[in-house]
Order: sequence, then C-alpha cells, then structure tokens
Amino acid sequence: MDLSLQPHAVAMSAQEFMDWSKGVIRELTKATGVKKAVDKVAQPFFNYGVRNSIYPLHFGIACCALEMAACSSPRFDNERLGMVFRSSPRQCDVLLVNGWVSKKLRPSLRRLYEEMPDPKWVIAMGECAMTGGPWYDSYNVVQGVDTFIPVDVYIPGCPPRPEAMIDGFLKLHQKLKNSKVGEFLQD
Amino acid sequence: MENVTYSVEQVRDKVSQAFPDVVFDDARMEARRLYMTADRSILFNLCKLLKDELGFCHCSLVSGVDRCDKFQTVYHITSYESNITLEIVVDLPHDEPVVDSVTPLWGGANWHERETYDMFGIIFKGHPNLKRLLLPEDYKFFPMRKDCSEGGL
Amino acid sequence: MAEMWINMGPQHPMTHGLWNMRVKVDGETIVDSEPVIGYLHRGWEKMVENRTYPQIIPMADRLCYGSSFTWSHVYCMTVEKLMDIEVPERAKYIRAMSDELQRIGSHLMWLAAIGTDLGNLTVFLYATRDRELFLDLFTSLCGARMTYNYCRIGGVRNDAPENWVRDLERTLDYFEKRLKEYDMLIDKSKLFRMRMEGLGYMSAKDAINAGITGPVLRASGVKYDIRHNDPYEVYDELDWQMCTHDACDTWARYRVRMMEMQESVNIVRDILKKMPKSGPIRVKPPRAAPVGTAIARMEDPRGESLMYLVGDGTDKPYRLSVRSPLFVILSATPQLLKGSKIADVPSILGMLDVCMGETDR
Repeated sequence: MDLSLQPHAVAMSAQEFMDWSKGVIRELTKATGVKKAVDKVAQPFFNYGVRNSIYPLHFGIACCALEMAACSSPRFDNERLGMVFRSSPRQCDVLLVNGWVSKKLRPSLRRLYEEMPDPKWVIAMGECAMTGGPWYDSYNVVQGVDTFIPVDVYIPGCPPRPEAMIDGFLKLHQKLKNSKVGEFLQD
Repeated sequence: MENVTYSVEQVRDKVSQAFPDVVFDDARMEARRLYMTADRSILFNLCKLLKDELGFCHCSLVSGVDRCDKFQTVYHITSYESNITLEIVVDLPHDEPVVDSVTPLWGGANWHERETYDMFGIIFKGHPNLKRLLLPEDYKFFPMRKDCSEGGL
Repeated sequence: MAEMWINMGPQHPMTHGLWNMRVKVDGETIVDSEPVIGYLHRGWEKMVENRTYPQIIPMADRLCYGSSFTWSHVYCMTVEKLMDIEVPERAKYIRAMSDELQRIGSHLMWLAAIGTDLGNLTVFLYATRDRELFLDLFTSLCGARMTYNYCRIGGVRNDAPENWVRDLERTLDYFEKRLKEYDMLIDKSKLFRMRMEGLGYMSAKDAINAGITGPVLRASGVKYDIRHNDPYEVYDELDWQMCTHDACDTWARYRVRMMEMQESVNIVRDILKKMPKSGPIRVKPPRAAPVGTAIARMEDPRGESLMYLVGDGTDKPYRLSVRSPLFVILSATPQLLKGSKIADVPSILGMLDVCMGETDR
C-alpha cells in the first residue's frame, strides 16, 4: 500500500497496519543507531534462550522414531539440551522428520510445516527422509523430504544412533548461533 | 463348539468325498500342512464345509499372484483344534478376475481381500466394503500387476 | 444430540505410528469408528521382486522395526523351506534365543509407550532404561541396536563373542528383579487398574472370527500359541508355559504381555542349558531358488506372522506375500471401541501394540 498516492487515506487492514508500523520503527531505529546498540546487548541473550530451548514436534513416522524415543531415555537424555516434545505444531520450533514420507502423507506434512509459527527449522533424520533411503524404486515414497520442505540439518544413518541425533541438534545450535535469531524486530 | 480333532488324512478324505474335482499336491507331504487347488465355482461351498464341519476357524491370509496369463488367489486357512494349515489356490482368468468373497465366513479375511483388490484389481463378490485401503481412493493403477511399472523400476 | 466425526491422527501422540482413527462421537461416547491406514505404504511387496534373496533380509528387518529380528527370521525360514536347506543345530538355538530377547525388547517398548499414553512417565523411563540393556546385548552380538541384518538364509551371520553368555546371564538376573518392580508399580496402582479393567471387551468367539492372533487372542482365554501348537525351529524341545488370561479385556492383554516377558526369560535360560557348545552356524544356500511355493509361520510378539513365497527359478522372488498380525487386529478396532469414551481410546489401542510399518508395508 503506497501511502504517498493517498495522502488522506485512513483505512488499512490490521495486517497492513502492523507491517507498516513495524517497517517504520525498524527504519527509525536503524537510522539513529538504536537498533545496533539494543542488538549488541540483547541479541546474545535471546539467541542463547532460543538455542537452548528448541521444542521439537511429537511426530514419529517409522524406525528412526524408535531411536528418537530412545533418545529421551535416561541413558541419552535429550531433555538436558532443552528439548521438550510438544504435541501441537503451534507450539514447536523444529519439525523432526524421521522416516519415509509417502505420497499420501506429503500434503499433511506440508500442512504441519505451515502451521508452525516462525522462526522454525526442519531436521531430516535418517536415510529415508534425506533421499528416500532403501526404497529407491518405490512407487509411493517421496525421494527426499527436501523436495517440498526446506531442510536445515541432515542426520545420516539407518537408523542413526541417539548420539548422532543429539549431534544433529548440536549442529542446529551452531547454525542458530551464527544466525540473526534474537535481533530486535527481525523478520 | 465340539472339540474334535482331525488328522491331515481325514481332512483330505472328507474334502475329496464332497468335492471330487479338488486336486491335492501329493508331492509335498509335511506335518500339519495340506496343499490343494480348487475351482472358483466351488470355493465358497468348500470353505463352508471346512468351517462348519471340519473346524477350520481362522483365515490366516488371502493373497493374490499375477501369473501373466492368469490370476491366482491363495487362501491359507488354519484350524486351532487340529493344528493344520491348508493352502487353497484358485485360478482366475486374466480378463475377468472375479471370485466369491469368504468374508461372510471369516471376518479376518475382510481387509486381506480389500488389499488384494487394491493391489491387483481382483473383485470379490459379496464383500461388504470393497474399496481401496492402502493407496489413495483416486489412484488409477493396480501396482502389483506384472504389467504395471510405476516407480523407479 | 449432535453426532460428529473426529479425526484422531495422523499426527497424534497416542497412535504410535501414522494412521487415522476416525471416530463418530455422540457427546463423549463412541458410536462408530473407521481406521484409515496407508500413510506408511511404500510398496514393499513390489520392491522385493526387484531384489535378490539375500538383499531382502535388511528390508524384512524394516517391516516391523519394533521386533525386527522376528521378521527377518520368518523370511529366512520361508526361503529355506523353498530351497530345502537344513539349518545347523547351533544356529537354530541362537535364532530362538535372539527371538526371545527381541520379544522382551519389543514388549518393553510397548510398556514405555503405554506409560506415556496413560500418563505415567516413570514407566516410560524405567522401560526404556531396561530396554537399553538388551540392545547392548544385541550390539555386541551383531553390531546394531535395532535393524540387525543378523539372520541369514541357512543360519546366522556370526557366532556370539566371548563373554557374551556371561553378560546375558547377568542381564537376565537383573531383569527378573525389575519385573517384580513393574508389578509393584502398575498392578498395585488403583489408578492404572481403573483405567484398564472392563474396557474393550471381546469374547473368544468374536476374537477368533475376527482373525485376531497373538497376546490379544490369548487374553480372551484361547489357548493357541504357534510356538506350542505348530512348533518351528527348536521350540518343541524346550520346556515353557503358554500365557493366557480369562478376563477378555484391556487388563488381560496387559497381564499376558507381562507374563510373556517372564516366560521369555525362562526360555532363554533353558536354551542356554540345551544349546550345543560349538558347531557350524551357517550353511551356504544356492543362488537361485527352485520353481515352487513355500510358507512359514511364526509367533511374532504381536501375533501370527506368515510369509508366502513363490519362486520361479531365478535369483529374485516372483511373489512374496506377507501376513501381518496387526493388519487384522486393526480391522477389528470398530468392534473394540464401540460404546467406550474418547478418553478410553489410548488405553484400548495402546494394549494392541500398534506398529504401522508392518500394517502398511
């Protein structure tokens, strides 16, 4: 919506107003240098908080799901890294795809991905989610989850050991550390 | 429910008395097993005889085979009292794969017949709900047929 | 009075695998239901027609990943029947022992799952911790925690390393004490009993007619176990009891599986006494199978598993058909759920021990 064309306009939808006001504040704080100062102080804290409390979705497809469950066992204990499994996609940060994705499941998985709020990441666990795995000539298996969802971390293995899964999450921590998550008014 | 046990020979004699056309595979003599081939017109009555008089109460598996020039449905029926497992092979012509359903006799055959229809296209007359089970409803192919090459093969 | 259909799934923490349980509810009571499966269908039976016989063994492992050794075992038995191969004695005993250890592992995973369903996280932590001990045994035996690739056509891949028997006996002694702790934790807890008794009633006649097999059938009082009635490998030489219960409800199914775990420990101890101390563990099979058919049946932790193999003289199978026990049990769930409340659904379905890998194939 170009405000210069309609100098007397007062009607805007709620979404448009939010986007416009966010943009104004972002430009203002950037120009005066306030954003840089706030970010330098606050961004490491917010980033530390997001990194160490990643909530994956309670979603188990196949064999790798048993290793995901074993990762919550007392021996490997993923809760010490802050990972609490949540049942509803609205409360999650990470979508952990573990197992082969069939063509019947593909629209449901895409819908789950879109229901998760920003910021969100996707981890493809196991050979089947990465590239289709041993089912390379199947008529019903999608050859890789990254054909319809953007993937951040790949964990190879068939199935990967729980230690490998924890290693994958730590790599996601590294990726978050080097990114802009936690900045003021970051989109 | 009477608890009479039958041996493999007794079952074989009773079946061949009632249905002389049934062909037994005499080359394979194994303990607790009996292999036979039957025609599709007598299949339902044969299964009724097995269930009501010989105590074969459990249908283990109903599957299909595509032998390029014909279809076959294979039934594996078990008796809990006599500890015998039977195998019945029924031949069907390739252009008209229709056979009677055994679901009214054994409820365990219900989903097996649906799956055979889903994979091969064999129609089971008298089945209460013959729809696709594993593949989406609007899928156009019968994937297990030998002339269907979906996928990366 | 508004009746409506509710989708419980495919993403639902209770379902343990991807399937959609559509229930028609009238208030809180379930009037009708319809299971929708097929989210995990990968065309297993079509893919095996493109693989040689030894290449199918790891694929059979991944049929039901909760009890993967038993599926590769039944596949190897079917191929050995077709090729007419006799497995050496020591290999038969090792296979039976791995079967029973796998049975304990699978039942412990089931126990962990019902712990989360019924809200008791302590049981989840205890069961996964004990399962790790059995997975350690399998790791030292064949190198993998879950999908072993250990069974071969004609025997097993390698013999047990030294000190494995000592580790096994230590684990079994420790595990028997833990079983008594589970009894104290669950059986004597009134909350658990209230949530399990009287639900999901299915009489023996209905269960046999619906094609149900395994612990669910034995919980309705039917005395049928393939290891006893139709023995394979070495089960006719071993000394063990069948576990049945007469109550026909969810509580009975729970008790049967707990008793089976104790019985598996007894079977393993018996095998250790009767096993030949040394000997060949593997026979070399031919590359191509003869023309003909073969079947083999086995008692999987979830029920009766059966494979039907058609050979055509080449080194690839012509048709391999799989009977999965849970496929038939799931078709009987509308009968089990009729008349119960929505909050009872995790309890009833959890006792059936669902694993979707073998159902959808």
